[in-house]
Amino acid sequence: MNIINIEHIAKIYKVGLEEVHALRDVSLKIDKNEYVAIMGPSGSGKSTLMNMLGCLDTPTSGKYEFKGVSVSEMSDNELAKIRNKEIGFVFQTFNLLARSDAVHNVELPLIYAGVPTAERRERAIQALIDVGLKDRLHHKPNELSGGQRQRVAIARALVTNPAIILADEPTGNLDSKTGEEIMALFHEIHEKGNTIILVTHEEYIAEHAARIVRLKDGLIESDERVDKRYIPKIKSTLTQ
Amino acid sequence: MRTILFEFKEGLMIALRAITSNKIRAMLTMLGIFIGVTVVVTMSTAIKGIDNSFQQGISSLGSDVLYIDKWAWFSNVEWWKMRNRKNITMEEFEKFKTLAKLPSAVAPVINTVQTVKYQERRVENVFINGSNADYVKTTNFTFAEGRFYSEIESNASRQVAVIGSEIAKKLFPNISPIDRTIKIGGENYRVVGVLAEQGSFILGPWNPDNQVYVPIGTIFKNFASNRFRSITINVRASSPAMVEETKAEAEGVMRKVRGLSYDQENDFSINQQEGLQENYNSVVGVIQIAGLFITGLSLFVGAIGIMNIMFVSVKERTKEIGLRKAIGAKRRTILAQFLLESSVICLVGGLAGLLAAVLLSMLINQFIPTSIQIGSVILGIGISLLTGIISGIAPAYTAAKMDPVEALRYE
Repeated sequence: MNIINIEHIAKIYKVGLEEVHALRDVSLKIDKNEYVAIMGPSGSGKSTLMNMLGCLDTPTSGKYEFKGVSVSEMSDNELAKIRNKEIGFVFQTFNLLARSDAVHNVELPLIYAGVPTAERRERAIQALIDVGLKDRLHHKPNELSGGQRQRVAIARALVTNPAIILADEPTGNLDSKTGEEIMALFHEIHEKGNTIILVTHEEYIAEHAARIVRLKDGLIESDERVDKRYIPKIKSTLTQ
Repeated sequence: MRTILFEFKEGLMIALRAITSNKIRAMLTMLGIFIGVTVVVTMSTAIKGIDNSFQQGISSLGSDVLYIDKWAWFSNVEWWKMRNRKNITMEEFEKFKTLAKLPSAVAPVINTVQTVKYQERRVENVFINGSNADYVKTTNFTFAEGRFYSEIESNASRQVAVIGSEIAKKLFPNISPIDRTIKIGGENYRVVGVLAEQGSFILGPWNPDNQVYVPIGTIFKNFASNRFRSITINVRASSPAMVEETKAEAEGVMRKVRGLSYDQENDFSINQQEGLQENYNSVVGVIQIAGLFITGLSLFVGAIGIMNIMFVSVKERTKEIGLRKAIGAKRRTILAQFLLESSVICLVGGLAGLLAAVLLSMLINQFIPTSIQIGSVILGIGISLLTGIISGIAPAYTAAKMDPVEALRYE
């Protein structure tokens, strides 16, 4: 079954008196355990599409079904619930809470999910171990390297066992070697059966995915399987 | 219910994290509320203290005592009309006493101000109350030592005196005053009794504690100018319920004594503690409102400070709010987070203010008897919580209604 089923969605923003057509007519289906890269130059609508996929925003017209449930008419609170339970966000700028340690950052979505203290601590620690940060549990973001910060963010995305991981330029703020390590981590996460949607404008990053969707001017330009998929050769984990 | 408790607890944890991560700012903000709560609670406690003292003081006057006087305490009669009234004399008192049937006690009173001395110790400007032995029956006096002067002593105008507790303290700090000879305006008087503490500071020289009681005849004898002054007749009703009837009878008897015909106005006044009370209430009511208004202003300034800081805090943490919303925080969760933050700041500031108010009222207690009432504590906690919620609601609402997409993009 499709996790994501988008049919003819459009998004129009009003900027002053002008209408901006960020998405014109986009249809897209994403299955479980797919690894999709969404590409496109700035202004192509990829950010808008990502916000839509991440249930941060609702389309002006068209149909968006998430696991068979229509999202288009959901209220703010229902959207918040979907984001909490079904979507794991990974951002370019990590977006960690600066004054909280790694464990607290990872627990955050579980707090909003209403998971009791002891259980969520355990799950947060496990998620951090899974991304190779066993020795960094109580470090604050400013005591971590860029790659480690992004790992904390990935652990935070994974901790709720979401239906999709939505990564927006996850390597954009990292050097190429660290970026490679993060991509290797995504590869492993995908191997474990997770569904990943990657938004990027870097061709070599997109080639890690099994499918590339290209956007231009609010429309899908192409949607194809990657023949020569790039499989990371390095191990993802920093520690052991 | 459980989820609400859970959200409350988690919101509180988040708020505490936010506060402790910016301690100096939080403390400066608390200072505003601290000062506000301190002054409001201290003010209300002081007002309460003054009020209690007054009520206590006034009740030592006795609510069932009428004062027949040349002058009205409170009235619309022009003062020159009262000045032209005849003086009330001892003869009129004697006639009144024979004719009035309802009172439980009647006594003539004249006051003079004199210096009271015992050896080298002296007290200036003491109210010397001259009356007869029945005077004590018009009061609720209790005695620390000795007794009131007797009928024989007052009829014979003996030089005996009963002194108030404050006078006793000042003249006889270490010894018993009984049977010592004091000088009142240069005349020798023998002390026969000392009153237990009666009234309250608020009455000042009218407080029985600051007075000396002597037979009325000795006043006329020693301080001759008083012979030409009007006396007051203190009339005590047999019970508070009888006050009105006693007053009506007193008016009738007094008119008869004065020989007034039916179309003549009273040429005397019958005063009551009640009038004093009314006057006091209207004055103190204004002081209360003004005081609470002024102190309330400082609280208001503190609240504006909090609102300001909360707006800054929300703006500063726009990206954090965006993230929290992205990973599943609902509007009400964000609202609660910021409301709790401002409430905790206010509550901590308020509790500190309350503590300061307690210490301050202990200090004030040296001058005015005050005490922190449970009501003031509730008032303090209540206002600080309320301030927190009111000043937090607008910033919290701003945070709650942020669009997560916009907030995440905010730099």
